[in-house]
Formats: sequence, structure tokens, C-alpha cells
Amino acid sequence: MSQAPATPATTVEIPSIPLAEIAPWALFFGLLAVLALFFLSAEQGAFSVLSGTAIHEWVHDGRHLLGFPCH
Amino acid sequence: MTARALLVRGLLVGLLAGFATFLVAYQVGEPHVETAIALEEAGAHAPAADHTHDEATAGHTHEEHGTVVSRHNQRTWGLLTGSLAVGLALGGIVALVSAATVGRMGRMTPGQSTATIALIGFVSYALVPFLKYPANPPAVGNGDTIGARTGDYFAFVLISVVAAVLCTLLARRLWRQLGTYAAVLAGVGAYVVVVTVAGQLMPTVNEVGDFPADVLWYFRRASLITLATLWAAIGIGLTGLVGALHRRETATTERRALAASL
Repeated sequence: MSQAPATPATTVEIPSIPLAEIAPWALFFGLLAVLALFFLSAEQGAFSVLSGTAIHEWVHDGRHLLGFPCH
Repeated sequence: MTARALLVRGLLVGLLAGFATFLVAYQVGEPHVETAIALEEAGAHAPAADHTHDEATAGHTHEEHGTVVSRHNQRTWGLLTGSLAVGLALGGIVALVSAATVGRMGRMTPGQSTATIALIGFVSYALVPFLKYPANPPAVGNGDTIGARTGDYFAFVLISVVAAVLCTLLARRLWRQLGTYAAVLAGVGAYVVVVTVAGQLMPTVNEVGDFPADVLWYFRRASLITLATLWAAIGIGLTGLVGALHRRETATTERRALAASL
């Protein structure tokens, strides 16, 4: 908080990444990640997009230990 | 520093974090899952059993016609699948959020802002939801309420994460006028108020019944350790890689500036 005596040479601006450059990555990867988390956490538990219990059974222990409501 | 560079690092770190999470979950958590399933199967033969788990034979199924995955596969390959998937997903998300915050969080270096994002992520996505809706072992939880419980859980996660994002933006906005101490205090304070009020208003789930308290605590402790492992591995790994990337880029820029000045 205490500003050192002004020495402009040492204050290096950290370049930021333009949000427009991040947006397509964020949108595409965000959709993928949400889909993956959905199948890991809720499919064939609270929701059933696919019939059966194979996905639920396969990720059963992960669902419990990662804190998602399983059954 | 580009979005691509950070996402690649986030995915790499997420994969390793997922593997670390699997090892910890297997070692720390699985013994208590086994205990809970043994209790469940013992209870399934008792007349007062009020849950739907009634297969005492191969594996652990919920319906008579359900696909059976052996316990061995559930606690090894199944758990590994889940850990790697959640590691990759969260590693990538943390990396992209970090990419957006580089150079936008006060005077923080890229490594520092990445570490801050990982810490905020752990608290808002894992720790606070766990305090309201803690993980439950097999045998705890009524199959009829899974829809409502899942809805409440994700609603609370959403409230917590959105509140964390807004409070971080609030602190960032206040930083110039108030300074670091007051701005961080205001942001954290606002977050605590929001999640406390939301936690008070949202329904409480108690379907523990006569499940032994010690096994429940061991399981929940193991679950929290598993989540902490995941986030710590992502946070530490990504902070290290982003810090190294920043140092390398800074050195390159300085060399170019020096060369240009000659």
C-alpha cells in the first residue's frame, strides 16, 4: 500500500489478454466442460438423458467422493 | 500471454491434478465408501430399510435391471474416469478465467492473480457448497429426493460462484479508492453475507437416519480432502506454469527493448 518513491522505470505494466480473444475459447471450452461435469455429476441420477444406469454406475464412487448428490 | 497458452497449461495441470485426486480419493476415501456399502447391504436385509439399494450380490446397483459395474471397476477405473474428467474441466476453466484476469487484478503479477482465482474457485465452488450440502456416502440419501437435492445443490453452487465473481469485481472496483485492505475486506464480506443468507433460506437436507456418525464424518472428511487435493493441485500447478511463462515473456520483451535501444 505504501507507495515507494515514484520510480516510473520499475512499474512494469502487466499486459492483459483482450477479452475478445478469450471469448471463443471460453465459450467452446465452457460448453464442453459443463457437458462433462453434467455427465459426471447428475446424468442417470437426477436426470436421465440416456436410459439405463451404466454412466451412473461407472462414475459412482467419483460422484460420492467429489461431493455431488449421487442417489 | 495468450488464451491458448493458458488453456493448454490448464488442461495439462488439470490432467495431473485429476490423477492426484484419484490417488488421494482411492487411498483416503475408498475405505469409507466400502464401509458405507457394507452397512447399506447389511441394512438392505433389515425390514425397516427405506432405501432402494437392494442388491447385495455383485457390485452395487440401484435397480434390478440396472447395469452392474463391479465394485473393483467402480473404485479404480470408474473413480479414475471421474477424477480425470473433473480435473480437465476445472483445470481448463480456471486457466481461462485466469487468462481473463491477467493484468486486471490491481498490481498482481500473472502468477498471483492465477493463485487468487484458484483460491476463490476452491472456496466458492467446493468449500462453501460443501458446508451447506456436504457429500454423502452410499446408503445415505433417499432415492426419491435425488431430483430436489441435486437441484438445491447446483442452485447453491451457482449462487456461491456468481456471488464470488460479483464480489471479486466489487473489490477490484473499490481497490483504487479504498486500497487493497478495505477493498478485499469489502469483497470477502459481501460474499460471506450473500452465501450465509442464501444458506439460511435454502432447504436443509437431513436423510442420515441411523447411519453411524463416525463413518459419516470419516467419509465427509475424506471427500473434503479429495476436493482440496483437486483444487490445490490445479492452483499450485497452474500458478507455477503461468509464473514461468510470464517470466520468460518478460525476459524476451526486455531483451528486445535492449536490442532496439542499441
